Amino acid sequence: MANIAITWRRIPEKYCLVGSICRTCSSKYFPLRKFCPKCRRKGKIEKYVFKPYGKIYSYTVVHSPPAGFELESPYILAIVELDEGPRLTAQIVDSNSIEVGDRVEMVFRIIKREDPEGLITYGYKFRKIQD
Amino acid sequence: MREVAIVGVGMTKFGEEWNRGFRDLILEAGSKALEDAHLEGKEIDAIYCGTMAPGPLIGQEHAAALVADWMGLNPVPSVRVEAACASGGVALRQGYLAVASGLYDCVAVGGVEKMTDVPGPDVISTLGGAGDEEWELSFGATFPSIYALMARRHMIEYKTTEEQMAAVAVKNHKHGAKNKYAQFQKEITLQTVLSSKVVASPLKVFDCSPVTDGAAVVILMPLEKAKKFCEQPIQIVASAQASDTLALHDRKSLSEIYATKVAAKKAFEQAKLSPKDIDVAEVHDCFTIAEIMAIEDIGFFKKGEGGKATEDGLTALGGQIPINTSGGLKACGHPVGATGIKQAIEIVWQLRGEANSRQVKDAKVGLTHNVGGSGATCVIHILKNPSGD
Repeated sequence: MANIAITWRRIPEKYCLVGSICRTCSSKYFPLRKFCPKCRRKGKIEKYVFKPYGKIYSYTVVHSPPAGFELESPYILAIVELDEGPRLTAQIVDSNSIEVGDRVEMVFRIIKREDPEGLITYGYKFRKIQD
Repeated sequence: MREVAIVGVGMTKFGEEWNRGFRDLILEAGSKALEDAHLEGKEIDAIYCGTMAPGPLIGQEHAAALVADWMGLNPVPSVRVEAACASGGVALRQGYLAVASGLYDCVAVGGVEKMTDVPGPDVISTLGGAGDEEWELSFGATFPSIYALMARRHMIEYKTTEEQMAAVAVKNHKHGAKNKYAQFQKEITLQTVLSSKVVASPLKVFDCSPVTDGAAVVILMPLEKAKKFCEQPIQIVASAQASDTLALHDRKSLSEIYATKVAAKKAFEQAKLSPKDIDVAEVHDCFTIAEIMAIEDIGFFKKGEGGKATEDGLTALGGQIPINTSGGLKACGHPVGATGIKQAIEIVWQLRGEANSRQVKDAKVGLTHNVGGSGATCVIHILKNPSGD
């Protein structure tokens, strides 16, 4: 998947948590949807930047990684519930152990390195907020 | 709409079939199904073939044309159906609709996947494609990890244990040991499952279905016509399908598969039956937690009680509702596109009374439940032996 355009076109979402809000029903979406499934044609979609905070909704430690993630294995993969509602799938870093309910914040990290000469993909990961 | 029956079934042994390729597998299953139906092949009006990923797995697209060609059935129309792991079940539904509508009088529905021609990590990435590539896979998600995220929520919300999940694997291996078509025909212990290598916590190797080669084919006809020359046509009394979000994180609940609930409700309405009327069921146990969720979401057990029911033996042969007598995806194997068709074949054998040592006594009504991805597609069929009335 070493196509630079695939990465480029999602940069606002993957670097800055740019999603969307439907001004008709106030539903917020991440990733960005251009069509509100609830309001359909009556929906009015606008861009919306999410605050980079949330909590762990579920998690797993991945020991059998897919191609391109071998060097990081084992890694924590979680579903994070953003404070403003939507959930997303992301890796959790800088923590050896986490629990469901832990508070997390977004960090900007390397997601994947294709090969030494290839494309480096960046995006969001999350880390525990220390009390 | 006309009533539709399955008049012939055939499948290959499931497993690592190094000596056979995609076309060898589907040809064997197709020939067996035609033989079982006492047909030559020229009666077939159309082909529907479920296969998830022949492109990445064997470098071959245009799979439906290949199937028609190698089955010697040109020039009948042949259609590939893809719905990830539900490709077979959705293909069966397409065949059912084509016969029920009156368009065709005899349809062959196949399912096939050749998975062992590429290295393991490539298979993992390809199967991952059943989820959301941009928003799950590209962040390091795999299919086991997606089901692990569901298992974690089920454990939190319903106190389901790793031992209860392991009990699904033990039970399905026990069933698989009685099935000569199964990839694994060996019983295992709870300890084998619990001490196996972690794939994505809390799921371990023995919580996961394997990588498998295999094919399965059924022949469909209108019930009226089928009765004239087939001893035991098995009627499809319900066919229902539902969709949900592609990405798991977009679902309201992670401890259920909502599409299963919707499809099951529709299927029971169509058949005018309820979960207690089902004598035997094949459900989609791609991971042990998936079987626990399935038996709850279909309505065999109350939400949250699937783990305990399995532990108590209620879903084993001889139990209240035998689940996955074939061995399920876990022990019979999971050649992705073939699975949905294999489920229907196992139920046909059960309803004809041909399931040998794994026969469920007096089975008259059976159900198949096939899921695509983490639940973005679910298709349910209810089959019945019409002579059982």
